[in-house]
Amino acid sequence: MTVVPPAVVTGETEVAPGGVAKRVGKRLTSRTATVVSILIALLWTVPTFGLFISSFRPENDIKGDGWWNFFTNPSFTLENYQEVLFGTSNVNGRLASYFINSIVITIPSVLFPVFFCSLAAYALAWLNFKGRDWIYIGIFALQIVPLQMALVPLLSFFSRGVSLGGVTILPAWDLQGPDKFIQVWFAHTCFALPLGIFLLHNFMADLPRDLIEAAKVDGASHPKIFRSVVLPLIVPALASFAIFQFLWVWNDLLVALIFAGGNQRTAPLTVRLAEMAGTRGNEWQRLTSGAFISIVIPLIVFLSLQRYFVRGLLAGSVKG
Amino acid sequence: MDFSNEPPKLLELLYGVIAFLAVVGVLLFVLDKLPMRKERWIALTFLFPAGALLTIGLVIPAIRTFILSFTKPDIAHPGTNKFAGFENYIWMFTEPESRHTLLNTLLWVLLVPTVSTAVGLIYSVLVDRSRGEAFAKSLIFMPMAISFVGAGIIWKFIYEYRPEDEKQLGLLNQLVVWLGGTPQQWLLKGPWNTLFLIVVLIWIQAGFAMVVLSAAIKAIPAEIVEAARLDGVTPWQMFWRVTVPSIRPALIVVLVTITIATLKVFDIVRAMTGGNFGTSVLAYDMYNWAFPFDNTGRGSTLAVFLFLLVTPIVIYQIRNLRQQREIR
Repeated sequence: MTVVPPAVVTGETEVAPGGVAKRVGKRLTSRTATVVSILIALLWTVPTFGLFISSFRPENDIKGDGWWNFFTNPSFTLENYQEVLFGTSNVNGRLASYFINSIVITIPSVLFPVFFCSLAAYALAWLNFKGRDWIYIGIFALQIVPLQMALVPLLSFFSRGVSLGGVTILPAWDLQGPDKFIQVWFAHTCFALPLGIFLLHNFMADLPRDLIEAAKVDGASHPKIFRSVVLPLIVPALASFAIFQFLWVWNDLLVALIFAGGNQRTAPLTVRLAEMAGTRGNEWQRLTSGAFISIVIPLIVFLSLQRYFVRGLLAGSVKG
Repeated sequence: MDFSNEPPKLLELLYGVIAFLAVVGVLLFVLDKLPMRKERWIALTFLFPAGALLTIGLVIPAIRTFILSFTKPDIAHPGTNKFAGFENYIWMFTEPESRHTLLNTLLWVLLVPTVSTAVGLIYSVLVDRSRGEAFAKSLIFMPMAISFVGAGIIWKFIYEYRPEDEKQLGLLNQLVVWLGGTPQQWLLKGPWNTLFLIVVLIWIQAGFAMVVLSAAIKAIPAEIVEAARLDGVTPWQMFWRVTVPSIRPALIVVLVTITIATLKVFDIVRAMTGGNFGTSVLAYDMYNWAFPFDNTGRGSTLAVFLFLLVTPIVIYQIRNLRQQREIR
């Protein structure tokens, strides 16, 4: 990818003499510019900050006055977290259980697409066969299809199987209990493929041709080249796709709602939180701490691996 | 709390990971051991898993959805559909409620891409090469990591309403009170409530716009800027005549990408209003009709319409990306 590494990644850069830098810098570090940028920054951080502060305030305080009163009248408790994670009554959320569901859903839903996409991307980038370009264009075009187009038939494929003219071709999967996770993994894997193949193909096609040719001359077969030459070189690309997919799956509501169902045995955090926001919209001590629990893992992943995420963004990825 | 439900889940995860390792092992083994001379056969093996899943999970379902959009529930035989011609499509454009949904969707599509791109552009120009740029950008970028549901709750808290004689919990109403106004139920009153939902998506998407545009601004050749400076342009002219034209391709990519994301917005509406009070949008109605209401015909029609709306935008973007690549 011929993309300039953004500054989020590299940190502060030296001001090049006479570059855009000096120019823009000089003119716009005026007072108005500073005020405007601080205003935007505040608008973008204060909402999250307010939620964070609130989640540590005792119930009576949260319901009694606004979170900004925390600074004049500070009181701190972890009870909200304790209650929303492990509370026994149904009102409490029992988010610990949903948290585990989110993890169980996410890990395989990231692993499978990463592997399948890298295989397919390799074939499309480095193997010569008839119709290669057409297959690539076809997969690329599938990015157009919103996943809404697939939901109804895919669900009936799981619950009723496939039959043609009364003859059962594939029986219903009819998954129960924890086995329901399988259909969530399946759905997420399918929906990830067009973007993943596109993204990884772009990175693989940019590898130097000489490298692959040299390996071939040395007598390496394609599977061998894929495993020991290409895969190690595209680790950064794999990482950026994996982070994308991770954030997507962890934050997804729609696919989970349909394929995981709504109960404690398989539904992820997002489903439970959306439900709590609807039915217990005034229990702010639980909503704030609950929301923060769902945010914290993606936030850690995101902040520590931001570099790869940004690279993926700049490679022009759009999720269907 | 009772933890007896948890071990089976973790066991399932273990099975999932083992299945993954088995799939990897078997595929690599097959590729290694089978004496395959022709690249066509190797390619087939490489492409098989992704190809099969795409066919089962995306291509066939999409075709079936298209067919379903011409059917309606058969009352004589519950659980089955019968042919309905264009009935659902006529319903979509004539029923007041679904027309309201389409209008809401239009409002989202008009506002979210433009405002978030504008904010992202202004911010990236303002902080470009300033001290603490990386940190300043992370602040705006952070909402990208937050789920739409989480963002919905964050903003619902901002919009929280308490009667006039009580202390306000929501920051927005508190600001109103401080300025001498009366607190409002922001999310209940149409048509403004849709605007308050739109703010949430703008808040999420501005970070994306900022990152892409900032990279584009940094890629503007120094000579161009230098030449403009020698001509003595004002900062205003510099912005409109140099910066904006130079990053035009990136601007289009950002606008298009956010438009597609906006068309599919579902989670924010679900978490904040549940589609009530006249705030429903296309993707939310699609879910409602297809699943809770179990009218797969109408649900599919809305999905097909969504597909038709997205298609020209994506085609435009593909052409745009291709041109960019040729320039490089």
